[in-house]
Amino acid sequence: MATAKHSSAAATAPATPGADTAKYQQLEAFLTGLKVDGADLAGRRAVLIPALHRAQEIFSYLPTEVQKFIAAHLNLHVSEVNGVVSFYHYFKTKMSGKHTIEFCLGTACYVRGAAKLIEKAESMLKAKLGETTTDGLFTLGSLRCVGACSLAPVVQIDGKTYGRVTAEQIPAILAEYQK
Amino acid sequence: MTRLATRTDLNQLADSLRQAPAAGAAKPQIFVGMSTCGLASGAGKVYDAIAAALQEKGLADHVQLIKAGCVGLCFAEPTVELQLPNQPIVTLGDVTAERGRQLVDELAANGSFSNPLSVDNAIFKKQVRIALRNCGRIDPEQISDYLRNGGYQMLAKAVFDWQPQDVIDTIKASGLRGRGGGGFPTGVKWQAAQGAAGEIKYIVCNADEGDPGAFMDRSVLEGDPHCVLEAMAVAGRAIGARRGFVYCRAEYPLAVKRLGIAIEQARAMGLLGEKILGSDFAFDIEIKYGAGAFVCGEETSLIHSIEGKRGEPTVKPPFPAERGLWDASTTVNNVETFANIVPILEKGAAWFRSIGTEKSPGTKVFSLAGDIKNVGLAEIPMGMTIQELLYDIGGGSSDGKPIKAVQTGGPSGGCIPSIKFDTPMEYETLTALGSIMGSGGMIVMSEGTSMVKIAHFYLQFTCDESCGKCTPCRIGCKRLHEILDRILKGEGKPEDLTKLEELGNVIKDTALCGLGQTAPNPVLSTLRWFRGEYEECLKRGNRPPTYRIDPVKCVGCHACFKVCPANCIEGKVKQPHTIRQQDCVHCGACFKTCKFDAIARE
Ligand SMILES: Cc1cc2nc3c(=O)[nH]c(=O)nc-3n(C[C@H](O)[C@H](O)[C@H](O)COP(=O)(O)O)c2cc1C
Ligand code: FES
Repeated sequence: MATAKHSSAAATAPATPGADTAKYQQLEAFLTGLKVDGADLAGRRAVLIPALHRAQEIFSYLPTEVQKFIAAHLNLHVSEVNGVVSFYHYFKTKMSGKHTIEFCLGTACYVRGAAKLIEKAESMLKAKLGETTTDGLFTLGSLRCVGACSLAPVVQIDGKTYGRVTAEQIPAILAEYQK
Repeated sequence: MTRLATRTDLNQLADSLRQAPAAGAAKPQIFVGMSTCGLASGAGKVYDAIAAALQEKGLADHVQLIKAGCVGLCFAEPTVELQLPNQPIVTLGDVTAERGRQLVDELAANGSFSNPLSVDNAIFKKQVRIALRNCGRIDPEQISDYLRNGGYQMLAKAVFDWQPQDVIDTIKASGLRGRGGGGFPTGVKWQAAQGAAGEIKYIVCNADEGDPGAFMDRSVLEGDPHCVLEAMAVAGRAIGARRGFVYCRAEYPLAVKRLGIAIEQARAMGLLGEKILGSDFAFDIEIKYGAGAFVCGEETSLIHSIEGKRGEPTVKPPFPAERGLWDASTTVNNVETFANIVPILEKGAAWFRSIGTEKSPGTKVFSLAGDIKNVGLAEIPMGMTIQELLYDIGGGSSDGKPIKAVQTGGPSGGCIPSIKFDTPMEYETLTALGSIMGSGGMIVMSEGTSMVKIAHFYLQFTCDESCGKCTPCRIGCKRLHEILDRILKGEGKPEDLTKLEELGNVIKDTALCGLGQTAPNPVLSTLRWFRGEYEECLKRGNRPPTYRIDPVKCVGCHACFKVCPANCIEGKVKQPHTIRQQDCVHCGACFKTCKFDAIARE
């Protein structure tokens, strides 16, 4: 089944399949599993955001090729897909580093001094929020309240939550990932 | 899990669950709080340690260990609650794995616990738990726990005993108002949806919880997901809808997971899906994910997001109850609103009205965060004063400094100064202070927090989150932000304050959706209550104040010397003192202490 599907994947996938082939196959399987009715525009639209979530899980970001691939599959215009991708903060169009450090910018964390943590990390890693370090190890990002405000200020690395973080602890926390 | 084919099956199952030895009457129970904040603080390890120790001591069958949701004591996570048969429940905070093992040892040796780390009971005394009734008391991943406590009985009544109108009448009579921010009467909304044209209707639960610093909806979904599902199904019955959606933000993976498990279990038991309890009523629920856009909490944006579009708002009317999801009548309610439905139906509208105030009956869950000692959730009757909430339940500020202000309503709300802390909290009273009830997020700020910076912070948020559809919000908020930037840099002009007010009011009047209409609130409310701080900023920007001792006025009383935390004041008794500026931390302690007006603040 995978090979049969692959031929249609190749139509929109980049010319050099390489390591991504498996990923496109995974995405394709997901899209096919949605079983949307081609005649039902509202139905095709309704699965777009779930499809983008799944694609980002697989690829870790949403490059133009992936957006095109999804658009072709759901028979939506690429501009519509891109419009949705660019609207929501959660969807990323740039490749991230190996690890993602996210600082909560919610109010509780702000009041408890999140800005100092960001300053410290930015100066240590020589990259700003939204950027990736030159060695590709870390991407710095921000979050809007993860709902763990009692632990403010909160930092998440690859989804793991660190609470009540101080600027002094940042080097040690980063070191866990620099090994 | 067997499907409940009839209502009798449901009742029999509930009865047998209550009688089963596991019902706890005879067994000690240990609840471990395992919500996001508990788990991040190490609740998983505590649970494992207790489970292993129970095995070791051969107590596994004699003690019930429960993975519960959050009791709201987030400051003391991980929390463990102990219930011995016929004794009041004891809450322990900051429990370590080691302490967990000790608890089991104590239980094995004495049949009881010693509890030196018990959390102050006063925190609970003033609370009335309706929406949070089950949070921390049941295992959210076991539908049997919910059923044992009378779960899905109100759905059965709505399906078999009551007419749809009876349900709506009760909700109307209860006076329940939307807990998602607006405070619109829920019964009135349901009535409109019931009367709306069209065969197809939808129920939507708004679990977007965009206000940064609010986390009660997360807590309900993580701690008691079935109470929301049951209420949505009841709403479906009352309004005539067969499908429901929960729109949950992607930042809440645990809530989504537990909700998913709950939906699966309810379906498997025939409490969701076709032919619920053997009747011809059908209702099913799906989860939809947000993707990190604050405006998607606004109901028309949320609807567009479920449809798979950009989450931009549209003008109301038409209200979603008339024309919403795929142009069909759609009833959008907040998680906490739904969490109130089942208790109201159980106990009646009069009971609900006996709690809270005339205009705002019932309770409200507040999440206390920021500079407050007892960070966490508190469900209090409406009408309680801010003072009581902050000091009797919140325990005062975290650093012992006086509390300067609270911020309610998030980016749409405002700052309330301490002189107004005697205000009873209701929808109307908070609005009169220039803030809003909002979703119940309450950020506490102690002395030392700059109000201008707070206003700047919120405007940064709204600028980032403005969807860009309407000009007043897209451009207006940007301009407000620029003016604040300038003021903070010390480049502000005196006329800037009037400009902020004028522009703020124009945005309020002209923006398309609730986001823009409320975005100026943080600026306008801080200008109203803390104008002095803006004026100081106009003079010296965000630079901290400099303190200087006037050698003529200084009598050398030495009082400032004693209070200076940086030890940067020099001088002998009865001689003029001086401040070593390079070491000064700008705390203002000397300024406040001086009785001779000899210290100038610049
Ligand atoms: C910018 C904006 C954000 C909102 N965010 C939320 C939210 O996160 N959760 C919520 O329940 N309601 C939110 N609302 C209110 C909803 O539009 C809607 O009024 C509410 O979900 C209705 O439910 P209720 O009547 O039960 O409160 C927001 C409104 C605006 C204008
Ligand atoms: S504000 Fe950071 S977790 Fe809530």
